[in-house]
Amino acid sequence: MISHNAGRRAILAAGAASLALPAIGRAQSAPVKVGVLLPTSGILAYSGQVAARGIQLGAALGRGAGGPAIEIVNYDTQSKPDTGRLGVESLVRDGCSVLIGAWDSAATISAAQACEAAKVPIVVNIASAPQITEQGFTQLFRNFTPAGVLIRAAVQRIKEATDSRSPRPATAVVLYANDTFGNAILGALDKIWAQLEVPIKILDRIGYDEKARDLSVEVAKARATGADILLPITRVNDAISIVREMVKQKWNPQAIMSPGSPGPYEKSFTDALGKYADDYMVSVPWYDPRNPTTRALVARFERENPGQRFELNAGFSCEAVQIVLDALIRARSADPAAIHAALRTTNIADHPMYGGPIQFDAKGQNNNIGCVLLQDRDGAPLVVGPAEVAMGEVRYPLVPFDKR
Amino acid sequence: MQVDRRLGWIAGAALFAGCAIAAPWLDGFTMSLLTLVFLFAWFGQASNLAMGFTGQLSLGHALFAGLGGYAVVIITTRYGLSPWFGLLIGMPIAAAAGAAIGWLAFRFGVRDVYFALLAIAVAEMMRVIFSNWNFVGGTGGIFLPALSPTNEPLRTLRGGALFYYAAALFLATAGTALLAWLRGARIGYLWRALRDDEAAARALGVRAPLHKILACAISAAMTALGGALYAHLNGVIFPDSMMGMALSIQIIIGPILGGLGTVFGPLVGALVVVPLGEISGTLGQSLGISGMNSIGYGLALILLIGLLPGGLWPAIVAGVQSLWRRR
Amino acid sequence: MLLSWLNILAGGVLIGIVYALIGSGLTIMFGVMRVVNFAHGEMVVAGMYMGYFAHSLLGLPAPLAAIIAAVVMFAFGYLLQRLLVEKFMARPQHIQFILFIGIALVITGLHLAIFGPDAHAVDGPITFATISLGPLSLDLVRVQAAGGAAVLILSLVLFLRLAPLGQAMRAAADNRTGSLVIGLNVPRICALASGIGAACAGAAGALISPVFDTEPYLGLEFTLIAFVTVIVGGLGSLAGALVGGVLIGLAEASAALAIDPQLKTAFSYGLLLLVLLLRPRGLFGADAG
Repeated sequence: MISHNAGRRAILAAGAASLALPAIGRAQSAPVKVGVLLPTSGILAYSGQVAARGIQLGAALGRGAGGPAIEIVNYDTQSKPDTGRLGVESLVRDGCSVLIGAWDSAATISAAQACEAAKVPIVVNIASAPQITEQGFTQLFRNFTPAGVLIRAAVQRIKEATDSRSPRPATAVVLYANDTFGNAILGALDKIWAQLEVPIKILDRIGYDEKARDLSVEVAKARATGADILLPITRVNDAISIVREMVKQKWNPQAIMSPGSPGPYEKSFTDALGKYADDYMVSVPWYDPRNPTTRALVARFERENPGQRFELNAGFSCEAVQIVLDALIRARSADPAAIHAALRTTNIADHPMYGGPIQFDAKGQNNNIGCVLLQDRDGAPLVVGPAEVAMGEVRYPLVPFDKR
Repeated sequence: MQVDRRLGWIAGAALFAGCAIAAPWLDGFTMSLLTLVFLFAWFGQASNLAMGFTGQLSLGHALFAGLGGYAVVIITTRYGLSPWFGLLIGMPIAAAAGAAIGWLAFRFGVRDVYFALLAIAVAEMMRVIFSNWNFVGGTGGIFLPALSPTNEPLRTLRGGALFYYAAALFLATAGTALLAWLRGARIGYLWRALRDDEAAARALGVRAPLHKILACAISAAMTALGGALYAHLNGVIFPDSMMGMALSIQIIIGPILGGLGTVFGPLVGALVVVPLGEISGTLGQSLGISGMNSIGYGLALILLIGLLPGGLWPAIVAGVQSLWRRR
Repeated sequence: MLLSWLNILAGGVLIGIVYALIGSGLTIMFGVMRVVNFAHGEMVVAGMYMGYFAHSLLGLPAPLAAIIAAVVMFAFGYLLQRLLVEKFMARPQHIQFILFIGIALVITGLHLAIFGPDAHAVDGPITFATISLGPLSLDLVRVQAAGGAAVLILSLVLFLRLAPLGQAMRAAADNRTGSLVIGLNVPRICALASGIGAACAGAAGALISPVFDTEPYLGLEFTLIAFVTVIVGGLGSLAGALVGGVLIGLAEASAALAIDPQLKTAFSYGLLLLVLLLRPRGLFGADAG
């Protein structure tokens, strides 16, 4: 048991000198095939490719630490709903004994059904629809926050950041992308906002078509509510459009705080907006910036992928590989059933993303994922909460756009 | 045309029987791929009925697939009723929608590219409405629960890979037989007469609107049935994936490539188009260039459509015919 | 409140003029070639990439980039017609549809393969600048895009009315057999029309590159916008495209304001349905047929 733990830590010790590993790690002659389903082409290609880089990093870390020999087999879901199932069948035919995927909820559900039939476990790197772990799948393990959990943490961060302010913000307005993700987040936000008794009144919820390119009307409507803070639920492109419109319409609320959306931490956001990106806040699951091994891992990622930022898509994908490696060590076999049993008892304390140990409940959900508050500063996201991982103070209220 | 008929029956019967018998020996991947082939063959036959037999380019067939899929999924997940009941509701709704579009087109004289856009407009409007309609789950969609171990496929219309394979194979066979029958039946002649020369057909007393609307309605109902199976196969339904333009385009590529207006064209088209998508995906993956899949697929479409003027099936028939003569 | 309404409606008109330029390209191709370009939106996206790179690599403003994009896309459209589409001119519409779907897929695939999936946003102060026009405060990039589009549409109209070549194109559009009889080189005229159509799409793309972020998968959306614009105005009519574009821009802006932003696309499709049913040849289309 002790040697197992040492081995696991070794794998997780990113880039660090490799420690002595238990024999099992090297004894396996043929590499275990790990199938990876990601949308690396099609409309989701951007996020899919970022996630793919995270997978590569995770695999490289495992190799560097002398972990069990694995071979990554990729399958491109092409951002189509029916390819999840096909992808699983293809990967299983190619001899994969455990899978990782599939980034979007539709492909994940489609894949989970095939995994269920093939009795091959799948570690979900990213996919936030709450239903995924509520449908009774037994082969599915999700190391990502479902919308409800994400928003509970996000609302707590927002509450912490606004509680001590004076003047304390009294009102807020929500701008949300009406897609599968935005819909789930909004539903959770309304429920949890009430549960946690946040003393900020949400004046309006303004939705927009996920395909909308022009958000001038939406921003004007939000501005007209006179709310103190803006709560945007976005993808990256619309987040950029929203800030541009705010600058043009000279709207300076006290703060922009996004509950758990992609966008503000991505490089295309900070690049496109420059100084106007600053002070935008978002609460999302994030890597732990105080963990030295994580910091080394982030540095390595950015060195190997010039021009890319290590963010949560890469982070959770990397972690998914580590979860699989850890399970392989304990399973001592390439048999899917053995790997499945090992995944059930996963317990990884030291891992890159902020939060408690990685453990899966009966439904296959990891409930220990933390959520930080990020604020863009000088063109990059900075962790400003909670206190135990914060690298800086919240800047509140935001610096008016015309004073930058 | 004699060869067309005979070759079709022999090849079709051999294919369907072969696929049914081969089922136990197919690996999971091939079975899933063939499931999609047969499902899209059925979709193809449905749009073949609307396009090939009556000459209307419909770019809105995803609407009917979506209506069928949503009806079944809502009936089963919300009300716990039988999916058969869902079909009983969904297919007439889709047929009514198809008939309404057909009637509007006739009543206001909308033809050709205008008809295609009429269908797009209705389908896209419904997609936006479904995206904003909480009762149908909005953009959040509806997820199907995992199957219980005691699942009975014929009762839930859901099952494992073999069930979907069998169901899709059944649909493709039935669809092809239906089209063959319709082609020879009186109504088939009327449809083709309308397609080839509407004015002449009407002068001879063919009741154009009624027949065209009937074709639209049958086509829509067939698509709805396929949509229900597609939703079950995917395990989840969203307005975007089930009612979007992308599915509409995917549905009609097969029959056009295979040979519009022929009985076996849609089947042959699906046999080529679906694996082509998969092969081009693998191509992009193995070259490590994302985008290669789309380039490969697009080039293949251009080549096929350029080299085979009437579609794949007529080309096969012509090939066999010339072999025949040489003998 | 009233003022912000005015602002938004003005913004709708501005973007509508760009839609009109996109639609003009489609309408010219259809008018002369009787071919429906289902890859039109992808050509707009190609123009957007040119606009983006002209800005980021050469520091060129969008109107200059639009000229480059127009020239490049003209050559592309001309060659496409000569080398490929020409062979499909006599084929049925559904075959042409598959051809253009193929072309669209290839263009999108090339964009993804070459430029990656990332959204390319033109950065710099211009994307945040506004200009005041009386009580109105308008986005500079939108005014610039609409101005450029208006100039291009106007030159196109003048070309078709005054230049001999333009008159020949109109003749070919009106009566193909007749123009063959009087000795016009119809294949060349078709290639020119295809070039002009693609040039309109490319120029429009370059003009809106500072307004919308560029990514590979925008094509279908622009194709649909172009269709709605052109059908509302009347397929084959430039004036129709202009009116159609502005109407769609206005309709979407006012629907977003008065009803619900999420329904604005449904609104423009609703407009399309009404026009299709009540005036099937469009507001400016010939009533024959």
